[in-house]
Amino acid sequence: MSFLSSIIEKNAPLMSKSAIVEKVESLISIPSIVEKTATVIPLPLQIKGIHLFLKAKRKVWKSKSVPVFIESPIPDISTLAIEDIDVSNPFLFKQGMWESYFKRLRDECPVHYQKNSPFGPFWSITRYEDIVFVDKRHDLFSAEPIIVIGNTPEGMAIETFIAMDPPKHDVQRQAVQNVVAPQNLKEMEGLIRSRAEDVLDNLPIDEPFDWVEKVSVELTSRMLATLFDFPYEDRHKLAYWSDVIAASPETTGGESSEDEMFLGAAEMATYFTRLWREKEAKKAAGEEMGYDLISLLLSNEKTKNMINKPMEFMGNLALLIVGGNDTTRNSMTGGVLALNKFPDEFVKLKNDPSIIPNMVSEIIRWQTPLAYMRRVAKEDVELNGKTIKKGDKVVMWYVSGNRDERSIDQPDQFMIDRKKARNHLSFGFGVHRCMGNRLAEMQLRILWEELIKRFDNIEVLEEPEYVQSNFVKGYTKMMVKLSAKA
Amino acid sequence: MGSITFIEHNGNQHEVDIEEGSSLMQAALDNSVPGVDADCGGECACGTCHVIVDKDWVSVIGNATEIENQMLDMTPEKSGTSRLSCQVTVTEAMDGMVVRLPEFQM
Repeated sequence: MSFLSSIIEKNAPLMSKSAIVEKVESLISIPSIVEKTATVIPLPLQIKGIHLFLKAKRKVWKSKSVPVFIESPIPDISTLAIEDIDVSNPFLFKQGMWESYFKRLRDECPVHYQKNSPFGPFWSITRYEDIVFVDKRHDLFSAEPIIVIGNTPEGMAIETFIAMDPPKHDVQRQAVQNVVAPQNLKEMEGLIRSRAEDVLDNLPIDEPFDWVEKVSVELTSRMLATLFDFPYEDRHKLAYWSDVIAASPETTGGESSEDEMFLGAAEMATYFTRLWREKEAKKAAGEEMGYDLISLLLSNEKTKNMINKPMEFMGNLALLIVGGNDTTRNSMTGGVLALNKFPDEFVKLKNDPSIIPNMVSEIIRWQTPLAYMRRVAKEDVELNGKTIKKGDKVVMWYVSGNRDERSIDQPDQFMIDRKKARNHLSFGFGVHRCMGNRLAEMQLRILWEELIKRFDNIEVLEEPEYVQSNFVKGYTKMMVKLSAKA
Repeated sequence: MGSITFIEHNGNQHEVDIEEGSSLMQAALDNSVPGVDADCGGECACGTCHVIVDKDWVSVIGNATEIENQMLDMTPEKSGTSRLSCQVTVTEAMDGMVVRLPEFQM
């Protein structure tokens, strides 16, 4: 029996259940308990304990309610008053309404306040230049405690530097960023390419299949397994954990349930604790360490004991898994879709594959796989005629800034030879700029180099299916048919 | 008119004319010097226009600011004379200056 549930059991005869829950909650914070007991009780057991605790708590005492999202048609933007526009709707991307919604905000109310969303009130920043301003000014806008619109799911207060401010952020990021530093990527490029070749060589020709499942998910899972030196046969678990952790309804309007999230997190903790201990033993035995994440963490003085800080350990793993999963996966799908919507660009690509690196940047702009990052104002800030009050949530909509006519020429066009294609917002700017940007670009470059060698056409057969989320702008299914190169 | 020399990590040299008042990043872009990405276009917000200044020229060019250093701290190739070239305004006093490019921008 886990620690937290044993607290509840032992006290049960003496107190009413709801009193226990309140008592326990007032006495402890879950992260501090986890931190203190980390050396005594294994992390996976603790996560299960928190899960049971929360379940019990919900049964007997109404705690924070989790919003339920049921899809209904989103109205045409022209029918709404400006103050009623709510771009946190998790079906906005799914229903293809986002372009018109954000265009109206950019044109009429670029710094927009929505006071009644299911996630609480928040500001939307929708123009390119304003987004760069907010992203740069970490002195005015805090990334804590979470970078999505909703609140941190109860009991899941993992620590990750994407949601920390300097100076703590800088120390933590520097400890892990070498995993995806270009020097390290050079070591991994060959392996990532051979794994991509293997996937592409086994795709069916001239018959329909789901590109998301067979290519995008498969390749990103293989890449993550490479990065973590994770048991290769279990690689699909990485994508699964990433999906359930990033898709809770209260954070992004996603579809995963609390059960799925906690069971996923517990399973992930089990796996990674084991992996850590194996590598640690290897290191103790004086064996040569690899270039994978855990080996690098174990080799670094500052991080070699990270396992003893479970919230940090889980936080860093979750960040790297989620960061390396949805983003690249949806850019792999988005690129194919874009080339189908703009067929002249496909011809251009076939005529001159040396354009691939530039096209990769354009795909990342056009797709913008993560729609935004959230901040909280640390003081009152005037921006574009509005006063953002201290404590207000501020959402930088990269997906809108990347289509801002004021900063980007013909932004709705997909142009693989676009000038200044690298000047997009998808990686963010400032101290939180995407750490894996070079890895993402490398993977997409390798994918397209290998695709263009093998296939004459990748035909999208029907409209793809989209993820339910206000954060992940992505695909769940896209049926395609390949033609082999003559 | 004076000139500044960029040296790529592989040793290739690029001599560019000084255009007073423009940024060092812009000088590299205008002259197609490879290895300067300039992803944020000169906002001191991405760290992809990193250059390493020859020691003799530090007194002319000056040291990195705090915000600049915060971006530079993200690259393992940072050295004591690293600068973001978007934050350096070119002047005639820089005639003959040599700056080196890192192996990677990140």
